Amino acid sequence: MWESIHGLIYGFGLAFEPHNLMWCFVGVLLGNLIGVLPGTGALTSISMLLPLTFAMQPVPAILMLAGIYYGSQYGGAIGAILLNLPSHPPHAVTCLDGFPLTQKGKGGMALGLTMLASFFASSVGIIVMIFAAPLLVRAALQFGPADLFSIMLLGLVVGATMSRGSPVKGIAMTVIGMLLGSVGTDITTGIERFDFGTPELADGIEITSIAMGVFGIADFLRNVNRMKHISILPPVRLRDMLPSKAELKESAMPMLRGTLVGTLFGCMPGTGPTITTFIAYALEQKVSRTPEKFGTGMLAGVAAPEAAAHSKTQVDFIPTMSLGIPGDAVMALLLGALLIHGIQPGPRLVTEHPDIFWGLIASFWVGNIILMILNVPLIGVWVKLLRVPYRFLVPSAVFFIAIGAYSVKSDIFAIYTVLFFGILGAVFMALDFPMAPILLGYVLEPMVEDNFRRALLLSEGDMAIFIQRPISAVVLGIIVVVLALQAFFALRASVGKRLLPVAPSGGSRKSRTKDLSFPC
Amino acid sequence: MELLTSPRYRDYCGGLILILIGVSAAFQGRSYQVGTIDNMGAGFFPVALGIILALAGGILLGGAIARSIRLKAALDIEQAAPALPLEWRGWICICLSVIAFAVLSEYTGLVPATFACVVIAGIADRENSLRAILLLATGITLAGAVVFWWGLGVTIPLFMRGYM
Repeated sequence: MWESIHGLIYGFGLAFEPHNLMWCFVGVLLGNLIGVLPGTGALTSISMLLPLTFAMQPVPAILMLAGIYYGSQYGGAIGAILLNLPSHPPHAVTCLDGFPLTQKGKGGMALGLTMLASFFASSVGIIVMIFAAPLLVRAALQFGPADLFSIMLLGLVVGATMSRGSPVKGIAMTVIGMLLGSVGTDITTGIERFDFGTPELADGIEITSIAMGVFGIADFLRNVNRMKHISILPPVRLRDMLPSKAELKESAMPMLRGTLVGTLFGCMPGTGPTITTFIAYALEQKVSRTPEKFGTGMLAGVAAPEAAAHSKTQVDFIPTMSLGIPGDAVMALLLGALLIHGIQPGPRLVTEHPDIFWGLIASFWVGNIILMILNVPLIGVWVKLLRVPYRFLVPSAVFFIAIGAYSVKSDIFAIYTVLFFGILGAVFMALDFPMAPILLGYVLEPMVEDNFRRALLLSEGDMAIFIQRPISAVVLGIIVVVLALQAFFALRASVGKRLLPVAPSGGSRKSRTKDLSFPC
Repeated sequence: MELLTSPRYRDYCGGLILILIGVSAAFQGRSYQVGTIDNMGAGFFPVALGIILALAGGILLGGAIARSIRLKAALDIEQAAPALPLEWRGWICICLSVIAFAVLSEYTGLVPATFACVVIAGIADRENSLRAILLLATGITLAGAVVFWWGLGVTIPLFMRGYM
C-alpha cells in the first residue's frame, strides 16, 4: 500500500513534467478531435495515430496514447448523444437515451453529465488500479506457464464469445487473429512461418497494418456513400452543459452502479467495453422504478453506461499491465505499442519500468482533467466538427493511413498490407463477423504459444498439468462455466423462438434489451 | 455479390471462407515441423489453429444448412442485418487510392503521391465535386508535406526527378 502511494507520487512527478504533460495534452486533443469526427471511433483514432508515437520516447508515447484513448472515447460520446451516431460500439447504448435528450433540447446537459460520469468512474477505476495492480503483480510472479496459458485462453474465449452476435464467428475471428500473430520467425525454432518468401513478412505483420486496415480502411469501404448527411445540429453552449441539482441527484446512483459494473467487468480479461455498457444499461432498467421510460431520455441511461465504460477502461489496464494480457481490442493496441517500444508488459513491468507504470496511472488523472478543461471551451468547436462531411474525411483519412503505415518502418510493403487487411475486414464485416477479436488474437498468439509450449515441455507432454496447477484449474473451470452458460442461453433463446414464432414487438422492456444487437 | 452477403447466404459464404483459410493454414503449417506434444515444432500451433478455424467454418456452414432445412430461415433473416448493396465506386476508388500512394511515393515522391491519393479517394464519394476534390487535395498535400516530411521526417522525398 505504501509503495503504491510512493509510486503514485513518483508518477505524478513524471506526468507533470512539461514534456510529458504536453504530449498527454496533444494526445487528448487529437483523440478528441478524431473521435468526434463522424464514423471514426476510439479504435480508428488510436490505430491512425499509433505510428506518430513510434518516434517518441516510451513514456511520453504511452501517455499520449492513453490520452488519445479517452479523448476519442469522449469524442465518440458527443456524436452518439447529439447525432445518434455510435462511431465506437460501446456508445451504441448511450445513443438510446442520449439522443432523445438532445431532441428534448438537453443534449448539452447530457454531454456535461457524460463528462462527470466518466471523470468519476475513471477516478474510481484508477484507485482500484492503484491498490489491485501491486497485489496482482505479486500473485502473477507465482504464475507458471500453465497458469498464464489458461488465463490467456480465458481472455481469448471470453473475448471471442461475449462480443456481438454468433460466438462461432467470434472464435473464428480470434483464430484468424492468432494465425496472423504466428506469421514471421518463430521464437523457439527460428523457422519463418507464413512468409511466402517475402522478406517483409519475416518479422511478422505490423500491428498497425492490421489495426489501420481492419478499423480504418475497412470502415471506409463499408461506409462510403452510406453515411447519413448531417445538416441541422442543435447549438450547444457552455451553460447548457451544467446539470441542475435535481438532475445530478437523479444520476448519482446510476453513475455509481455503472462504475461498479465497469470495475467488475474490467477484472475479467476479454470482456469488451460494449458488453459492459450493455449490462450497465440493462441493470438500470431492472432497478428503475420507471423502466418503461428508458429510451425516451432517461439520465440513468446515459450516466450508467458511460460510467461503466470508463471505469472498465481503467481497470482493464490492470491485466494489461501486470499480466501482459489485454482485456479488449483497444488494450491490445496499447500493448502492441508498448511491445514496439521494447517494453514487455507483465509482472516485471512495475519493477523494471516504474516510470511507465506509475506515469501512466498518474497521467490518467491528469489526462481526464485535461479532457474536462479542454471540452468546456471547445465543445462548440467539436459540435462544428460533427458536420465535417464524410466526403472530405475519407480522402484525408486514407492518405493519413497510407503514410502512417509507411512511416512505421519506412516500408512501402506495409501500405499494401493495410489495403489487404482493409479488404479482408470489409468482407468479413459484410458477412457479419465481429472485428475486435482479431486484434486480441493477434497480440496474444506469441504469448499463448510460448506458454503452452513451455508448460508441456515442463510436464513432458502431460496435458494434465493444466488441471494439476490450482490457478490454472480454477481458470479453466471459469472457461467451462462461461461456455456452458452461453450454450444454455443460446439453447433457451432458440427454444423460446420456436415456441414463440412471432417476437413480441418493442413494448416490454425485455424485448427492448434483446432488440439491441451489438453494432461493431 | 449482394446475394452472397445477404442474411440467407451469409453463413454459407463465411463458413466456406473459414474452411478454406483453415485447411490451407493447416497444410502450410505441416511444412514447418509439427513436432510432438512434449516438444512442439514451429508447425504445431499453425496446424492446430487451422484445424480449429476449419471446424468453426464447418459449424457455421452446418448451422446455415440446418436452418435452411428446417425452413426457419425466414425467422432469422428478419432479425439479421440486411445486406448492403455493393458500393463498387467507393471500393475501387479507395483501393486504387491506397495503391496509387504506394506506387507513386516509391517512384515520384511524396507530393504527387499525396495529391493522387486524395483525388482518387475523393472520387469515391458521389457527392464530391471536382473543384472540392482539387481544393482538398491541394490542402492535404501542403499540410501532409509540412507535417510528415518537414515535421516528422518521413523518408519519402517530396519530388523525385527522372521519372516525371
